[in-house]
Amino acid sequence: MRSAGSTARPPWVAERGPSGDDALLSPNVSALEGWTCPLPLRDSRTVLLGHGAGGRLSADLVEHLFAPAFGSDPSALGDSAVVEVGPARVAMTTDSFVVRPRWFPGGNIGALAVNGSVNDLAMVGAHPLYLTAGFIVEEGLEVDELGRITEALGAAAAEAGVRVVAGDTKVVDRGHGDGLFINTSGVGLVPDGVDIGPTKARSGDAVLVSGPIGLHGVAVLSVRDGLEFGTEILSDCQPVNGLVADLVAAGIDVHVLRDPTRGGVAAALNEIAASSRVGVRIVERDIPVPDDVRAACGFLGLDPLVVANEGKLIAFVPAEQADQALAVLQANPRGIGATRIGMVVDEHPGVVVASTGIGGTRVVDLPLGEQLPRIC
Amino acid sequence: MKYLDEFHDPDLARRLLDEIRSTVTQPWAMMEVCGGQTHTIIRNGIDQLLPDGVEMIHGPGCPVCVTPLEMIDRALAIAARPDVIFCSFGDMIRVPGSAKDLFGVKSEGGDIRVVYSPLDAVAIARDNPDKQVVFFGIGFETTAPANAMTVYLAKKENLRNFSMLVSHVLVPPAISAIMDSPDRRVQAFLAAGHVCAVMGMREYVPLVGKYQVPIVVTGFEPLDVLEGIRRTLTQLEQGRAELDNAYPRAVSMDGNVPAQHMVLDVFTTTDRAWRGIGMIPASGWRLSDRYADFDAENRFDVAGIQTEESPLCRSGEVLQGLIKPQECEAFGTACTPRSPLGAPMVSSEGACAAYHAFRRLDSPATVGG
Repeated sequence: MRSAGSTARPPWVAERGPSGDDALLSPNVSALEGWTCPLPLRDSRTVLLGHGAGGRLSADLVEHLFAPAFGSDPSALGDSAVVEVGPARVAMTTDSFVVRPRWFPGGNIGALAVNGSVNDLAMVGAHPLYLTAGFIVEEGLEVDELGRITEALGAAAAEAGVRVVAGDTKVVDRGHGDGLFINTSGVGLVPDGVDIGPTKARSGDAVLVSGPIGLHGVAVLSVRDGLEFGTEILSDCQPVNGLVADLVAAGIDVHVLRDPTRGGVAAALNEIAASSRVGVRIVERDIPVPDDVRAACGFLGLDPLVVANEGKLIAFVPAEQADQALAVLQANPRGIGATRIGMVVDEHPGVVVASTGIGGTRVVDLPLGEQLPRIC
Repeated sequence: MKYLDEFHDPDLARRLLDEIRSTVTQPWAMMEVCGGQTHTIIRNGIDQLLPDGVEMIHGPGCPVCVTPLEMIDRALAIAARPDVIFCSFGDMIRVPGSAKDLFGVKSEGGDIRVVYSPLDAVAIARDNPDKQVVFFGIGFETTAPANAMTVYLAKKENLRNFSMLVSHVLVPPAISAIMDSPDRRVQAFLAAGHVCAVMGMREYVPLVGKYQVPIVVTGFEPLDVLEGIRRTLTQLEQGRAELDNAYPRAVSMDGNVPAQHMVLDVFTTTDRAWRGIGMIPASGWRLSDRYADFDAENRFDVAGIQTEESPLCRSGEVLQGLIKPQECEAFGTACTPRSPLGAPMVSSEGACAAYHAFRRLDSPATVGG
């Protein structure tokens, strides 16, 4: 790729893969001769933080820049790709972890790196099996800390039931990294008969969430430079592959799964509504938002629906199986707080609408980019 | 949750809405001045729950939105300097100037820091004596005491590497400007509770008298807003025009007097341009002469940066309720939430941005405001 089309392409296009957890199907490398950046230039000449925040800017980057470059179909993107290898259906995903600070209440970058990729694999119904771990370390990081993070990563892998089978280490000059970045890639096997994907939501489906939302994002914000505030909120960083296995084993005909990470529940539901061309109605009062999350979001001016989670899943299941699916989730310690939050409707395809606490309605839009504290 | 759930109670909301419905006999148009109240109205769908004919006009009360383009361009010029650490409230970072926003400057190497309290910027200045630390001091009367305290502390500590780019705006002159407009449709105001918590209510007394317009000081939770609307409609229906306080748990007639002293020591009144509206006389604060050394506009010589707003943008008419957002030719084409031309498209609670989100629904007729 680097030898083709050399002039207008930003240098980082050829050097990095998709920066998020969006897997790209059919990886045909298209001819890049004369290729120019297809992103609307009036937005920004340079990459912004928001391009990595899982909102509309991220979606633009995937749709207009990565997918065309790789010859992929941007409408078919989920958390993991499913490819056929011989008779097996193999799920693949990759994810990079740049969280700051590296240690936060309830977790750390090592555990996050495992759970992020494990959960992405689980979102296509796969049994996660193997991970790779790539470490990009900034010169000067204490070996002791690297050791503790690696141990946390190993422990999280054991907990999720996956093995780390390959790794890589690169060290960059001091000042050219932010301490430590980790990339994990994962593979898993999709059991026969399981067909879960972002385009499969159907009118009437029930929308479930596996527990209280907003914990990870608020926990990390609470220890961010310049924003520190006292809270007892812990990140929900945990693997959810067990929840998915339970749903499948119980015979639930799961249509769509999504782990609402960056961009939160709002981004996840918007992406599903768009991919499946359906409307989604949610009931705000039914959404499990812990008091501490609501309070923190209140004074930071954030909508809990756009705050990141790292140990939750959203499931679209047939309405007649909703109660059974909830019971299955609630029977697992990782899904005790599972709740039904809404349904799929024929109206307003591609749009997510919430019934508000006092009986009104509002559109729940895809967040644009970085979630920032508002001041008023 | 204490002090929050009480003001979201659906049964009380229904009761207030019933009272509102039984009060209203004819169409009325009122303006909520504050962006925080607009946010509550949109977030809770209050505008759709009001009876037909009761129109909420979303006023120019979001400080991020009304900060003039040229002030943002000045901020961008300062923030791009290699010797500067530029500190700002979070949501100011993505407000576009004429070419880019602070995120863009950051991606090009500018040192931009989001702070939650302006006092954090003073701490940054203490910790970085070899850098110039600039805080973007924006907002209405609400944020003024903390911003004033910041400059006061910097002067007291003789922090020569700290300065503030000030673009403060004031509510009462904006109400006057709206009422003086020959085309005005606004018949009453919900005044911003947090502004009044600082400044008190006295400065609204002459406005009620001069314009014979009901002004009801209103809070920010859904029930607060519904109660403000109810009291306003009651006055309108009875032909009264009075100053009323529907937010007594935070607002008194005199306000926060020590905070006012701090503010009036550090700031002095100035003419101020409002994005989408234009110049309003004596509608803002700048640093007083005693604190002029801390004025970033002087320190970095950016006062010469003058920017014209897009001639396509009709946000001034939107903000006065003269046109609906979608009646503007640029709406949804040249002007979208990600590339806004005017104030109401910038913030998610701006009238144009709210319409843009709702427009994607099948039945835009259900959208009030």
